[in-house]
Amino acid sequence: MAEPHTPVRADLPPPSRMLTGRTVYRVVWKLNTDVLVGYCWCGVPHEATDPIELWDWLLAHPDTHGPGDAPDGGTPPVGSDSAVRELVKS
Amino acid sequence: MPSWPLNQWYIAAYSSEIEEGLLGRTICDEPLVFYRTSEGEVVGLADRCVHRRYPLSLSHLKDDQIICGYHGFTYDKSGSCVAAPAQKRIPRAARVPSFPVHEQDSFVWVWIGDSDLADTALIPRAPWLDSPDYTVVRGREPIQGRYGLLVDNLMDLSHETYLHGGYIGTPEVAETPITTEVDEEANVVYVSRHMDDAECPPFYANSTGIGGRIIRWQDVEYHAPCLYLLHSRIAPAGVLPPEDGPDDKAFHVEVTYGITPETEHSTHDFWMVARDFALGDEKVTEYLATNNHTVVMQDVVALNILEEVVEGEKENYQELSINIDTGGLAARRILKKLIAAGEAPSAAPAAAPAVAGTV
Repeated sequence: MAEPHTPVRADLPPPSRMLTGRTVYRVVWKLNTDVLVGYCWCGVPHEATDPIELWDWLLAHPDTHGPGDAPDGGTPPVGSDSAVRELVKS
Repeated sequence: MPSWPLNQWYIAAYSSEIEEGLLGRTICDEPLVFYRTSEGEVVGLADRCVHRRYPLSLSHLKDDQIICGYHGFTYDKSGSCVAAPAQKRIPRAARVPSFPVHEQDSFVWVWIGDSDLADTALIPRAPWLDSPDYTVVRGREPIQGRYGLLVDNLMDLSHETYLHGGYIGTPEVAETPITTEVDEEANVVYVSRHMDDAECPPFYANSTGIGGRIIRWQDVEYHAPCLYLLHSRIAPAGVLPPEDGPDDKAFHVEVTYGITPETEHSTHDFWMVARDFALGDEKVTEYLATNNHTVVMQDVVALNILEEVVEGEKENYQELSINIDTGGLAARRILKKLIAAGEAPSAAPAAAPAVAGTV
């Protein structure tokens, strides 16, 4: 399947990013639709209306990239989660 | 092959349950006995005397040793038999298996699997349970159902609207879209539902004193297989966290669950509610304890019924999944991956191979 060149933009409020690991899959639900938008941890998006189909796509995407290809770093967690992480550290 | 992952830490008990005496509890089909030594260390041993299988948990604890209540075989904290009736020499095979245990955040964790792989750094944290900044209510309920049913239940909170209406459920929970993330390396599933103008359910109205509509954020963080965290933020409508400084205009509740398989068809449901407001207020504590217990029991009744349904259904029954199941499906897949990793001959939990395919 050809990858779209323009990333899909899902119309969603924050949080924009929650987990900070290197290989995080993300699935957002487009507001006022039944459409899910999944993002592989490499950044490539895919739309589906069936969560099983979407997970199958994400997990198979693509079988040629490994964890070493993950983008560096990540944004800090938001909301109560950041407080949680502070507590864990203390 | 068990339906739970091996080579994992599981919550066996609250620390407060193991003070004096012996505690018998089955974890992942392993009958275990726990006790605390005079030096405060928690010990976990197989709960069967090596002689004639008598449960050690029904025996006697003396001088940090268990004396079997049937024939008097005596075991030290490592599980070695140190005395047997009328025997001059103790048989080399006279020992019961010892299980790695670790106390953290008010839990006693036990490692189920290859003891050589037990690494306490892998245990996920829930520090509010043991923090002076929070007041905690807690309990444990047996579920006559497989642990996967409780994982399904907790990963999709839209059920609150229907199963827990009048307590924690309001229409907005089922109507608000979720965002899901999965950390493949850490085996964490995160499901976020942010309701920015919602009805305040009685559970939060009566404990916080908020009268009108609210901002209600539910951020679920599932550390497979055992620890489930629901970070709940409640604030009057329009009150967002400040960009800098503490979020002290909001009420925070850390709803925490330990999801521990007992057998293939039963589960220990450890539940806790930790709050950062009304600290030490006995009335609020009593209210939250009573009402959360009611909510837990609504789940227990439903899951007991579902276990009977699942047990009795035809092979290859096909369930239907929709968008609200995105997080639950991710949790199932992570568990499947961990089960495969735990079964591998040279299983190493920190380097579990990914299992792509069906969810």
